[in-house]
Amino acid sequence: MRKVVLSALAVVGAVSLLAGCASPSTGSGNGASQTSVVDQTLTVFAAASLKGTFTELASEFEKSHPGVTVSLTFAGSADLVSQIIEGAPADVVAFADEKNMAKLTDAKLIRGTPQLFASNTLEIAVPRGNPADITSFQDLTKPDAKVVICAEQVPCGSATTKIEQATGITLSPVSEESAVTDVLGKVSSGEADAGLVYVTDVEAAGDAVEGITFPEAAGAVNKYPVGVTVGAAQPELAAEFATLIAGAEGQKILASAGFAKP
Amino acid sequence: MSERVRQRSTLGGIPAWVAVVAAVGALLIVIPIVSLATRVDWPNFAVLVTSPSSLAALALSLRTSVASTALCVLLGVPLALVLARTSFPGKRILRALILLPLVLPPVVGGIALLAAFGRRGLLGSSLETMGVSIAFSTVAVVLAQTFVALPFLVLSLEAALRAAGSRYEAVASTLGASPSSVFRRVTLPLVLPGLVTGAVLAFARALGEFGATLTFAGSLEGVTRTLPLEIYLQRETDPDAAVALALVLVVVAVVVMIVTYGRREIR
Amino acid sequence: MSLDVHAVVEPDRLDVRFSLDEGETLAVLGPNGAGKSTLLDVLAGLLRPDSAHVRLGDTTLVSTGHDARDVWVSPHSRGVALLAQEALLFPHLTVRDNVAFGPRGAGRDRGEARRIAERWLERVDATGLADRRPRRLSGGQAQRVAVARALATEPKLLLLDEPFGALDAGVAPAMRRLLSEVLAERTVVMVTHDPLDALALADRVIVLDGGRIVEQGAAREVLLNPQTEFTRLLTFGLGAV
Repeated sequence: MRKVVLSALAVVGAVSLLAGCASPSTGSGNGASQTSVVDQTLTVFAAASLKGTFTELASEFEKSHPGVTVSLTFAGSADLVSQIIEGAPADVVAFADEKNMAKLTDAKLIRGTPQLFASNTLEIAVPRGNPADITSFQDLTKPDAKVVICAEQVPCGSATTKIEQATGITLSPVSEESAVTDVLGKVSSGEADAGLVYVTDVEAAGDAVEGITFPEAAGAVNKYPVGVTVGAAQPELAAEFATLIAGAEGQKILASAGFAKP
Repeated sequence: MSERVRQRSTLGGIPAWVAVVAAVGALLIVIPIVSLATRVDWPNFAVLVTSPSSLAALALSLRTSVASTALCVLLGVPLALVLARTSFPGKRILRALILLPLVLPPVVGGIALLAAFGRRGLLGSSLETMGVSIAFSTVAVVLAQTFVALPFLVLSLEAALRAAGSRYEAVASTLGASPSSVFRRVTLPLVLPGLVTGAVLAFARALGEFGATLTFAGSLEGVTRTLPLEIYLQRETDPDAAVALALVLVVVAVVVMIVTYGRREIR
Repeated sequence: MSLDVHAVVEPDRLDVRFSLDEGETLAVLGPNGAGKSTLLDVLAGLLRPDSAHVRLGDTTLVSTGHDARDVWVSPHSRGVALLAQEALLFPHLTVRDNVAFGPRGAGRDRGEARRIAERWLERVDATGLADRRPRRLSGGQAQRVAVARALATEPKLLLLDEPFGALDAGVAPAMRRLLSEVLAERTVVMVTHDPLDALALADRVIVLDGGRIVEQGAAREVLLNPQTEFTRLLTFGLGAV
């Protein structure tokens, strides 16, 4: 009997040790929360399409705020939302559409009102050399063209559906991806003849793909909101970061990446 | 008439502390699955899992998993035999390569499949010119599933073949049975349990396959969007649907396991 | 069938030359590692010798390095049946189907094969076991069935590898009686380490040491009147009895 009790205690001990080592935040290293003035960490959750711009803005912020480390987590907007609802600690959140932000405001997890700081529209991406000779949105319905789009459930997919409805042109894609990066990947590798991605994705992909803008894209604009969470450890610091994004400096960096004004 | 012997659970001679640690191990698996069941939106469960997209995904998953399991058996049996019974230079390397999908992240498997069978792939480009296009098709799903599941079957069967040894085959040949006859009448029946185990493992692995399918086959309802891909997608907008479908996947897997393993325990 | 053997396996494992007349039983004696099992494997076709010439009746089973063409008949076409120390009955078949295995493989239909099986089971006094599974048989019973299974193929040459090796002392006499009946008109090569069995069942004897024959001749001669010290030790002075 003693052996059973001893071994049960040993197991409980081992589990507590593990729990102590587990870090509560996704981005940074150790989990102990700091309350000292120096060495603060600001946790930012942002949509995947904001990776390049936010990384640049984060290092700007760190330079102007010595002692502060900005920890960035990029993922699909819906993924981030569910993580935050489950209790992941984030100070600043920025998403690729207002629908996702609404989920958090409805759950009363955002301080005040979120700010719109950028907008993004769709662009047709084709592999280098444009093998299927796509020149317009209508061309995407060419019978031999292998077109890849985002699934309706993700922001870029809902934008695609909106354009389909507005133009009356229904696409027959060979695949509906859950992440816009997967769409881009299939285009740049040549597996697909064309894909619908964001303007910023084409910009970021550089020479890997060719971009073809189309006027109908204006019918579906995704507005990007940024907000500070109710659970933010340093709300003032978080608000400063949000201001940086929406301010002149942030807007310049966002514009050069292809984002449009909100 | 046989006597009924009352089943009494015993520790079977293992130390008590081993049983405790084993219990922890079991809980590690059981608790998350039970928690999943508690998350399900039970009032709406039937509606969630019978939506057109859910049914399409489930049907596709079952169809493709059965097909890939069959392919695994067809290819895996000869492969296991060669690995277990023959010797040739480079056999160890071959074996390591065949077991590679076990340790590769599935997405890497998908990338490799693209490199081989994609439009610009090693074999794919030739197939394209012949008018055969594999990527984005249900065939691609079966290929991806077979790629990741084959090692399970080969491993299980090879172990059974080694354990059985080749003495019975030697006797059979002295009794006048040709090699094909020996294979059919002695080898296969003897390793059938190992083969069934391997096939079940392969089926389960194929059913749950995600990364390679997503990368290589894409995601389109009814064509390539298997249940795991459907769950991944539903998470974006309808977490309740995702949880419900996840539970369906768990139940299917559990049923398959019980049906196969349960029968053998009784023997 | 008469048997002519000349076989060499890797310089030290086997190097023998002997002949048997049709219907004769040859006992192969020798300590462990002397090459007895190697010889049986060569005759059965389970081991490829380095150089050999084995003829059974009019058929050449193995021929390497002698004529212009190499000959090697695969084990399933030799008409050579091997009975090992362990019965090795197929666990997934009943006793009857085990014995019917050979005839079935030879092309007989199920009914005829089963009749042949039942005849042989009767011969070895194992009729009551026909429907049992091998795992429900005792060692002695399994060996009987194995004898029936081997004989059901009507082999031209029968090989026995220490047939009494795995049997209880009490069961061995019955087995010995069975074998003496069954071996009477067959060409048989029997490996054994018990000179008593050799004396009881064999017509001729060869004694192996390190893969080579150190003595050979008629059974009674070799066993009761050994010429070499080696053989004398092996036969524990049987002759003195």
